[in-house]
Amino acid sequence: MSIRLHNIGKHFDVGRQRTRALEPVNLDIHDGELIGLLGPSGSGKTTLLRIVAGLESADPDSGARIRFGDRDVTDVHVRDRRVGFVFQHYALFRHMTVFDNVAFGLTVMPRKHRPTSGEIRARVHRLLEMVQLEQLANRYPAQLSGGQQQRVSLARALALRPDVLLLDEPFGALDAKVRQDLRRWLRHLHDELGFTSIFVTHDQEEALELSDRVAVMSNGRIEQIDTPDAVYRAPANRFVFEFLGDVNHLEGEVRDGVLTCGEARLSVELPDGTEELLLRPHEVRLAQTPTAEARLPVTVTAISPVGAEVRVELEADWLGEPWLATVRHADYEQLDLRRGQRLFAVPRRWHRFPAGQPERAVMATADAA
Amino acid sequence: MSTRALPFAIGSAPKRVLPGFGLSLGVSLLFISLVLLLPMTGLFGQLAGLSLAEYWAIISDGRVVASYTVTIGAAAVAALVNGAFGLLLAWVLVRYEFPGKRLLDALMDLPFALPTAVAGITLATLYSSNGWMGRLLEPLGLQVAYTWVGIALAMAFTSIPFVVRTVQPVLEDLPVEVDEAALTLGANDGTAFRRVILPHLWPALVTGTGLAFVRSLGEFGAIIFIAGNMPYETEITALMIFVRLQEYDYAGASAIASVVLFVSLALLLAINIWQGRFIKRLHGGGG
Amino acid sequence: MQRIGDAPAVRRGLILAAVALSALFLLLPLVAIFAQAFAQGMAVFWTNVSNEYTVAAIGLTLFITVLTIPVCLVFGVALAWLVTRFQFPGRRVLQTLIDIPFAVSPVVAGLIYLLLYGRNGWLGGLLDGYDIQLMFAWPGILMVTIFVTCPFVARELIPLMQAQGSREEEAAVTLGAPGWTIFRRVTLPNIRWALLYGVILTNARAVGEFGAVSVVSGAIRGQTNTLPLHLEQLYQDYNTVGAFASAALLALIALLTLAAKAGLEWRAARQEAHA
Repeated sequence: MSIRLHNIGKHFDVGRQRTRALEPVNLDIHDGELIGLLGPSGSGKTTLLRIVAGLESADPDSGARIRFGDRDVTDVHVRDRRVGFVFQHYALFRHMTVFDNVAFGLTVMPRKHRPTSGEIRARVHRLLEMVQLEQLANRYPAQLSGGQQQRVSLARALALRPDVLLLDEPFGALDAKVRQDLRRWLRHLHDELGFTSIFVTHDQEEALELSDRVAVMSNGRIEQIDTPDAVYRAPANRFVFEFLGDVNHLEGEVRDGVLTCGEARLSVELPDGTEELLLRPHEVRLAQTPTAEARLPVTVTAISPVGAEVRVELEADWLGEPWLATVRHADYEQLDLRRGQRLFAVPRRWHRFPAGQPERAVMATADAA
Repeated sequence: MSTRALPFAIGSAPKRVLPGFGLSLGVSLLFISLVLLLPMTGLFGQLAGLSLAEYWAIISDGRVVASYTVTIGAAAVAALVNGAFGLLLAWVLVRYEFPGKRLLDALMDLPFALPTAVAGITLATLYSSNGWMGRLLEPLGLQVAYTWVGIALAMAFTSIPFVVRTVQPVLEDLPVEVDEAALTLGANDGTAFRRVILPHLWPALVTGTGLAFVRSLGEFGAIIFIAGNMPYETEITALMIFVRLQEYDYAGASAIASVVLFVSLALLLAINIWQGRFIKRLHGGGG
Repeated sequence: MQRIGDAPAVRRGLILAAVALSALFLLLPLVAIFAQAFAQGMAVFWTNVSNEYTVAAIGLTLFITVLTIPVCLVFGVALAWLVTRFQFPGRRVLQTLIDIPFAVSPVVAGLIYLLLYGRNGWLGGLLDGYDIQLMFAWPGILMVTIFVTCPFVARELIPLMQAQGSREEEAAVTLGAPGWTIFRRVTLPNIRWALLYGVILTNARAVGEFGAVSVVSGAIRGQTNTLPLHLEQLYQDYNTVGAFASAALLALIALLTLAAKAGLEWRAARQEAHA
């Protein structure tokens, strides 16, 4: 079932102050899609999710409309919207067993639609089987681990066979290993059951790994919505670029095609003026000698060889904040990196987001070697 | 997809997610209006019939003023004694383990659970000259029953739980590290208590003592039996209202009652504001 | 672990002081009540308790209490639901208003009712025209008892419901549960012990209220005498044993209240330990 959001805006009144939680937002989600709402806290992502669920309402009189498929649900109470909602801290009913939690939605249906108790039992057991918790049916939520509680809360949300599944920071409170497992499992479930899902997260990796499309939000606005690959490779603006990963800054004066910053020089094909270039850690190469295009002397201050790549921290007088570079283990060994070593940084490519045209990233390749 | 009936048909956005706003608001407002606010109109109606001079004459009458002095004086003494006694009890109940602790803890609520009239006749009997306590104290020259000491005693009895139950949770929440930090910095027990623990407890202690004071100002049942009720000497203000009523002097009773009412509501408000400030300080302002 | 005041001498001294003072100040009166009540033996106690007027006073007290509790219950639950589940202007004011009965002297509480519903009050005068007399009769006693006891249930529920938050109720709404079902199946099980404790406190205060009731009752033996008023009359008549026989009944209810409270707290502590 597709979801169409039109002009969803929201204000909160705190005392006499009016704060804007959401600029009017428009978003079309296709049937069967898994959409991640990614943003820092306070960016409006949870508010948007709760409005879709009907737990909050958008500002009235702003022409806000929410459509599920061809059904306009804007004025439909959350009770009748038929969404599955997974709460951030699970919100399981603490006085009910796992079984009763999952069965709740079925047992509160109006009597004429309600399945028989046998059907309910069968359905709940099937759900518990699906989330691999059959043997814990008679436990209480407090007796379960965080990951198990999260799966109960998912089974509970799925019991009514919703067409739309909404998840608020579904893995926020779990440790790294469990997160990883649950993520894979949720993706699998989503593909198998074919519902349309929106989930909220502040974790870039989670959003990029799990979503069909990612909506990056800040200050109540959707900054960009695209596939994970496109969002990462072609960020629409500086916020998206900076939010999706580590960033190195290079700020200096361009004259006659050369950017100068202290003793650092870099050839760029840009008009004269002040420029700020942004580089990802993997876009920085380290070398013993400068190249014709780049002469960026740096000192190694810290090395972390843990993981697939070696993370190297670099400092220099011309740098305001230290840079981070990732190098392959082979290069690390070849360069014989040590703390205090003096090297040259060579940009593979860089990005710039000129203040005048915030919507388009300019990318260039500077280094061929 | 089966569509269920939409209860909110046209245009009315579902403003509140949880049900029952209208019902609970209606019940609450109806109740508060009928039970708490409507009766106040009777008092104001009665007061409106008095001129300012008459009003002043009633509330500044010598016997009534003497009752203010007795009530406030005894309540202040009771509150201060309770401040110290309550702190001791809260400390012992939170910090130490000993046999009978649960019983002692349960006993703290006795004054709230015991009807005031029962407390009143019991204290009066205990401290009268041939009561268990009176027989011991009178040879020492300490007359409790039928003096202001008795009034203060009855007030202290009825209001001790306010102090204990306000300080106790705050003391429980005080982490061990606070003690340990003070001790590692070389403070001895007395200094550590005075400089580290007491400042933490201070707001709760003031709140509890304040509540005890307010309660004592209005207490009636526990006091009248032990007070002796001698005009100018051991008459409390609540009794003055009662006496005026028995004389069918409704205007007089209302005037005095308005003073009591105003003072207790002002004190309650002050305590609430003080408490609110203190909470803000602890939880970093905001709301 | 080393804490302030852990030195054995300090510790023993403070415990001793606390226990001794509490025994003298709190326990001794309790013992005295029963000692006085049974001073002339079980038989005399029984004669006093089964006295016609005492029985009538017990009956009236129970009657008033039984009517008070449901009223306070409905109000307490409604108010707690209102102020903990919704944001609206005036919410703080409502929460302050329910503290009024705690601050107001019981005598003043009785008086304001008397002034309104008494024959001279504007509403009382109106009702008098229809020959309806509320003061110096059981409806007056009931009204002031409700005034005095109404904060208890709400005061127990509000902090608890605030702490629990409304996430479980929200979850129930997303699962399609209608209003009463949410309250009955999700909210009520979580608040039932606090609710019970609120009722116990309401009961204790309703049974024992003296100041407010003495203003509006008229204290007619066998008709508008509640148990506390009855014991006052006996005491003023120098029938000490009779007064203490009634006092012992009331003290027994107080003790049951304390036991119930201790039991509920123990339960809560155990549940927390399990969670």
